[in-house]
Amino acid sequence: MLRGLMGQVDQMLTGRGAAGSEDELAALTGIRTGPSTPPDDPVLARLLPDFASSSEQDAREVSAALRSVREPELIQAKQAAIATVLATCPAGGGRVELAPAQAEEWLAAVNDVRLALGVALDVSEDMPEQLPADDPRADHLPVYHWLTWLQDSLVTTMLG
Amino acid sequence: MSAPAEPEVDERVEEAADEATLADTPWQTIVWNDPVNLMSYVTYVFQKLFGYDRAKATALMLDVHHKGRATVSSGSREKVEGDVARLHAMGLWATMQRAS
Repeated sequence: MLRGLMGQVDQMLTGRGAAGSEDELAALTGIRTGPSTPPDDPVLARLLPDFASSSEQDAREVSAALRSVREPELIQAKQAAIATVLATCPAGGGRVELAPAQAEEWLAAVNDVRLALGVALDVSEDMPEQLPADDPRADHLPVYHWLTWLQDSLVTTMLG
Repeated sequence: MSAPAEPEVDERVEEAADEATLADTPWQTIVWNDPVNLMSYVTYVFQKLFGYDRAKATALMLDVHHKGRATVSSGSREKVEGDVARLHAMGLWATMQRAS
Protein backbone atom coordinates (compact mmCIF):
# COMPACT_ATOMS: atom_id res chain seq x y z
CA MET A 1 0.00 0.00 0.00
CA LEU A 2 2.82 2.37 0.92
CA ARG A 3 4.45 1.64 -2.43
CA GLY A 4 1.20 2.39 -4.22
CA LEU A 5 0.79 5.76 -2.51
CA MET A 6 4.42 6.64 -3.17
CA GLY A 7 3.92 5.74 -6.83
CA GLN A 8 0.94 8.06 -7.11
CA VAL A 9 2.76 11.03 -5.61
CA ASP A 10 5.76 10.23 -7.79
CA GLN A 11 3.56 10.34 -10.90
CA MET A 12 2.08 13.67 -9.92
CA LEU A 13 5.56 15.12 -9.42
CA THR A 14 6.69 13.71 -12.76
CA GLY A 15 3.72 15.38 -14.44
CA ARG A 16 4.53 18.68 -12.81
CA GLY A 17 8.22 18.35 -13.68
CA ALA A 18 7.35 17.82 -17.33
CA ALA A 19 5.48 21.12 -17.29
CA GLY A 20 8.79 22.94 -16.81
CA SER A 21 10.04 24.90 -19.74
CA GLU A 22 12.30 22.87 -21.99
CA ASP A 23 13.51 25.86 -23.92
CA GLU A 24 16.65 26.33 -25.98
CA LEU A 25 18.44 28.23 -23.26
CA ALA A 26 17.87 25.36 -20.86
CA ALA A 27 19.18 22.88 -23.40
CA LEU A 28 22.19 25.09 -24.07
CA THR A 29 23.14 25.87 -20.48
CA GLY A 30 21.93 22.71 -18.82
CA ILE A 31 20.10 24.92 -16.32
CA ARG A 32 16.56 23.71 -15.94
CA THR A 33 13.88 26.17 -15.04
CA GLY A 34 10.42 25.32 -13.82
CA PRO A 35 7.10 27.09 -14.19
CA SER A 36 6.72 30.41 -12.37
CA THR A 37 3.12 29.86 -11.28
CA PRO A 38 1.98 27.51 -8.50
CA PRO A 39 0.28 24.25 -9.47
CA ASP A 40 -3.52 24.38 -9.85
CA ASP A 41 -3.82 21.00 -8.19
CA PRO A 42 -4.19 21.53 -4.42
CA VAL A 43 -2.08 18.47 -3.56
CA LEU A 44 0.82 19.61 -5.75
CA ALA A 45 0.41 23.16 -4.47
CA ARG A 46 0.92 21.87 -0.92
CA LEU A 47 3.98 19.82 -1.88
CA LEU A 48 5.49 22.73 -3.84
CA PRO A 49 4.54 25.89 -1.90
CA ASP A 50 5.27 29.52 -2.73
CA PHE A 51 8.46 31.07 -1.36
CA ALA A 52 7.23 34.47 -0.23
CA SER A 53 4.58 35.35 2.33
CA SER A 54 1.62 37.09 0.79
CA SER A 55 2.25 39.91 3.28
CA GLU A 56 5.45 40.75 1.43
CA GLN A 57 5.07 43.68 -0.98
CA ASP A 58 6.53 42.00 -4.02
CA ALA A 59 5.58 38.51 -2.87
CA ARG A 60 4.24 37.43 -6.23
CA GLU A 61 7.40 38.37 -8.09
CA VAL A 62 9.69 36.82 -5.49
CA SER A 63 7.66 33.62 -5.47
CA ALA A 64 7.50 33.41 -9.25
CA ALA A 65 11.23 33.94 -9.70
CA LEU A 66 12.25 31.52 -6.96
CA ARG A 67 9.76 28.85 -8.03
CA SER A 68 11.12 28.92 -11.53
CA VAL A 69 14.69 28.47 -10.26
CA ARG A 70 14.07 26.14 -7.32
CA GLU A 71 11.13 23.91 -8.25
CA PRO A 72 13.02 21.47 -10.51
CA GLU A 73 15.50 20.59 -7.74
CA LEU A 74 12.71 20.37 -5.17
CA ILE A 75 10.83 17.90 -7.37
CA GLN A 76 14.08 16.01 -7.90
CA ALA A 77 14.72 15.77 -4.14
CA LYS A 78 11.19 14.56 -3.43
CA GLN A 79 11.37 11.96 -6.18
CA ALA A 80 14.78 10.78 -4.97
CA ALA A 81 13.31 10.25 -1.49
CA ILE A 82 10.41 8.28 -2.96
CA ALA A 83 12.86 6.20 -5.01
CA THR A 84 14.76 5.32 -1.83
CA VAL A 85 11.55 4.11 -0.17
CA LEU A 86 10.59 2.07 -3.22
CA ALA A 87 14.08 0.54 -3.32
CA THR A 88 14.19 -0.36 0.38
CA CYS A 89 10.57 -1.28 1.08
CA PRO A 90 9.99 -4.95 0.19
CA ALA A 91 6.98 -5.33 -2.10
CA GLY A 92 5.71 -8.25 -0.03
CA GLY A 93 6.18 -6.49 3.28
CA GLY A 94 8.56 -7.53 6.02
CA ARG A 95 11.42 -6.14 8.02
CA VAL A 96 13.14 -2.97 6.79
CA GLU A 97 16.57 -1.90 7.97
CA LEU A 98 17.71 1.57 7.04
CA ALA A 99 20.92 3.56 7.17
CA PRO A 100 20.45 7.02 8.77
CA ALA A 101 20.51 8.81 5.41
CA GLN A 102 17.91 6.41 4.04
CA ALA A 103 15.73 6.89 7.12
CA GLU A 104 15.77 10.64 6.51
CA GLU A 105 14.53 10.10 2.98
CA TRP A 106 11.82 7.82 4.35
CA LEU A 107 10.75 10.60 6.71
CA ALA A 108 10.54 13.15 3.89
CA ALA A 109 8.73 10.79 1.51
CA VAL A 110 6.25 9.43 4.07
CA ASN A 111 5.55 13.00 5.12
CA ASP A 112 4.87 14.00 1.51
CA VAL A 113 2.41 11.14 1.13
CA ARG A 114 0.71 12.20 4.38
CA LEU A 115 0.52 15.79 3.12
CA ALA A 116 -0.96 14.61 -0.17
CA LEU A 117 -3.55 12.43 1.56
CA GLY A 118 -4.19 15.16 4.13
CA VAL A 119 -5.12 17.60 1.37
CA ALA A 120 -7.17 15.00 -0.49
CA LEU A 121 -9.11 14.11 2.68
CA ASP A 122 -9.33 17.73 3.84
CA VAL A 123 -7.77 16.81 7.17
CA SER A 124 -8.20 19.26 10.04
CA GLU A 125 -6.39 19.52 13.38
CA ASP A 126 -9.21 17.82 15.23
CA MET A 127 -9.75 14.98 12.78
CA PRO A 128 -11.56 12.13 14.56
CA GLU A 129 -10.21 8.59 14.64
CA GLN A 130 -13.17 7.50 12.57
CA LEU A 131 -15.57 9.31 10.29
CA PRO A 132 -19.26 8.43 9.94
CA ALA A 133 -19.70 5.51 7.56
CA ASP A 134 -21.57 7.67 5.06
CA ASP A 135 -18.65 10.09 4.77
CA PRO A 136 -16.92 9.40 1.43
CA ARG A 137 -13.55 9.82 3.18
CA ALA A 138 -14.28 7.19 5.83
CA ASP A 139 -12.55 4.34 3.96
CA HIS A 140 -9.33 6.31 3.42
CA LEU A 141 -8.91 7.81 6.86
CA PRO A 142 -7.40 4.66 8.42
CA VAL A 143 -4.63 4.85 5.82
CA TYR A 144 -3.90 8.39 6.88
CA HIS A 145 -3.82 7.38 10.54
CA TRP A 146 -1.52 4.49 9.71
CA LEU A 147 0.87 6.88 7.93
CA THR A 148 0.75 9.13 11.00
CA TRP A 149 1.75 6.19 13.19
CA LEU A 150 4.55 5.24 10.77
CA GLN A 151 5.86 8.80 10.59
CA ASP A 152 5.77 9.26 14.35
CA SER A 153 7.60 5.97 14.87
CA LEU A 154 10.28 7.01 12.40
CA VAL A 155 10.72 10.40 14.08
CA THR A 156 10.94 8.84 17.52
CA THR A 157 13.60 6.46 16.28
CA MET A 158 15.58 9.26 14.60
CA LEU A 159 15.46 11.51 17.67
CA GLY A 160 16.69 8.54 19.67
CA MET B 1 -7.46 47.92 9.12
CA SER B 2 -6.09 51.36 8.47
CA ALA B 3 -2.74 52.96 7.85
CA PRO B 4 -1.46 56.09 9.57
CA ALA B 5 -1.50 59.29 7.53
CA GLU B 6 1.79 59.76 5.71
CA PRO B 7 3.83 62.72 6.92
CA GLU B 8 5.20 65.05 4.29
CA VAL B 9 8.85 64.34 3.68
CA ASP B 10 11.43 65.12 1.08
CA GLU B 11 10.87 62.24 -1.35
CA ARG B 12 14.42 62.11 -2.65
CA VAL B 13 15.83 61.67 0.82
CA GLU B 14 13.28 59.00 1.67
CA GLU B 15 13.94 57.01 -1.49
CA ALA B 16 17.66 56.93 -0.81
CA ALA B 17 17.06 55.85 2.75
CA ASP B 18 14.66 53.13 1.58
CA GLU B 19 17.22 51.67 -0.77
CA ALA B 20 19.88 51.55 1.89
CA THR B 21 17.64 49.83 4.43
CA LEU B 22 16.14 47.42 1.90
CA ALA B 23 19.56 46.13 0.96
CA ASP B 24 20.62 45.78 4.59
CA THR B 25 17.36 44.51 6.05
CA PRO B 26 17.73 40.85 6.89
CA TRP B 27 15.22 38.29 5.72
CA GLN B 28 13.30 35.90 7.91
CA THR B 29 12.23 32.32 7.42
CA ILE B 30 8.64 31.83 8.56
CA VAL B 31 7.11 28.42 9.24
CA TRP B 32 3.30 28.31 9.21
CA ASN B 33 1.02 25.97 11.09
CA ASP B 34 -0.72 23.28 9.10
CA PRO B 35 -3.07 20.51 10.22
CA VAL B 36 -1.00 17.61 8.88
CA ASN B 37 2.64 17.91 9.96
CA LEU B 38 3.30 16.15 13.26
CA MET B 39 4.62 18.12 16.22
CA SER B 40 7.38 15.55 16.69
CA TYR B 41 8.37 15.76 13.04
CA VAL B 42 8.45 19.57 12.98
CA THR B 43 10.71 19.53 16.07
CA TYR B 44 12.95 16.98 14.37
CA VAL B 45 13.22 19.10 11.21
CA PHE B 46 14.20 22.23 13.19
CA GLN B 47 16.91 20.28 15.00
CA LYS B 48 18.15 18.65 11.83
CA LEU B 49 18.17 21.65 9.48
CA PHE B 50 19.25 24.39 11.85
CA GLY B 51 21.22 22.48 14.47
CA TYR B 52 18.96 23.76 17.26
CA ASP B 53 18.92 21.80 20.49
CA ARG B 54 15.79 19.94 21.53
CA ALA B 55 14.56 22.74 23.82
CA LYS B 56 14.84 25.49 21.19
CA ALA B 57 13.37 23.32 18.43
CA THR B 58 10.45 22.37 20.69
CA ALA B 59 9.81 26.00 21.65
CA LEU B 60 9.71 27.03 17.98
CA MET B 61 7.42 24.12 17.13
CA LEU B 62 5.03 25.18 19.91
CA ASP B 63 5.08 28.75 18.60
CA VAL B 64 4.07 27.47 15.17
CA HIS B 65 1.36 25.30 16.73
CA HIS B 66 -0.16 27.90 19.06
CA LYS B 67 0.50 31.20 17.28
CA GLY B 68 0.10 29.91 13.76
CA ARG B 69 3.63 30.86 12.68
CA ALA B 70 7.18 31.31 13.92
CA THR B 71 10.38 32.87 12.65
CA VAL B 72 12.83 29.99 12.58
CA SER B 73 15.90 31.61 11.01
CA SER B 74 17.06 34.89 9.55
CA GLY B 75 19.91 36.35 7.55
CA SER B 76 20.78 37.33 4.01
CA ARG B 77 18.24 36.76 1.29
CA GLU B 78 20.36 33.92 -0.13
CA LYS B 79 20.61 32.16 3.22
CA VAL B 80 16.89 32.43 3.93
CA GLU B 81 16.03 31.35 0.39
CA GLY B 82 18.09 28.20 0.97
CA ASP B 83 16.45 27.59 4.35
CA VAL B 84 12.97 27.86 2.83
CA ALA B 85 13.95 25.45 0.05
CA ARG B 86 15.23 22.89 2.60
CA LEU B 87 12.04 23.24 4.65
CA HIS B 88 9.96 22.68 1.50
CA ALA B 89 11.99 19.56 0.76
CA MET B 90 11.00 18.29 4.23
CA GLY B 91 7.35 19.16 3.62
CA LEU B 92 7.01 22.12 5.99
CA TRP B 93 5.01 25.14 4.93
CA ALA B 94 7.63 27.89 4.93
CA THR B 95 7.94 31.32 3.38
CA MET B 96 10.44 34.19 3.47
CA GLN B 97 9.92 37.86 4.19
CA ARG B 98 11.90 40.97 5.05
CA ALA B 99 12.36 41.55 8.75
CA SER B 100 10.09 44.36 9.83
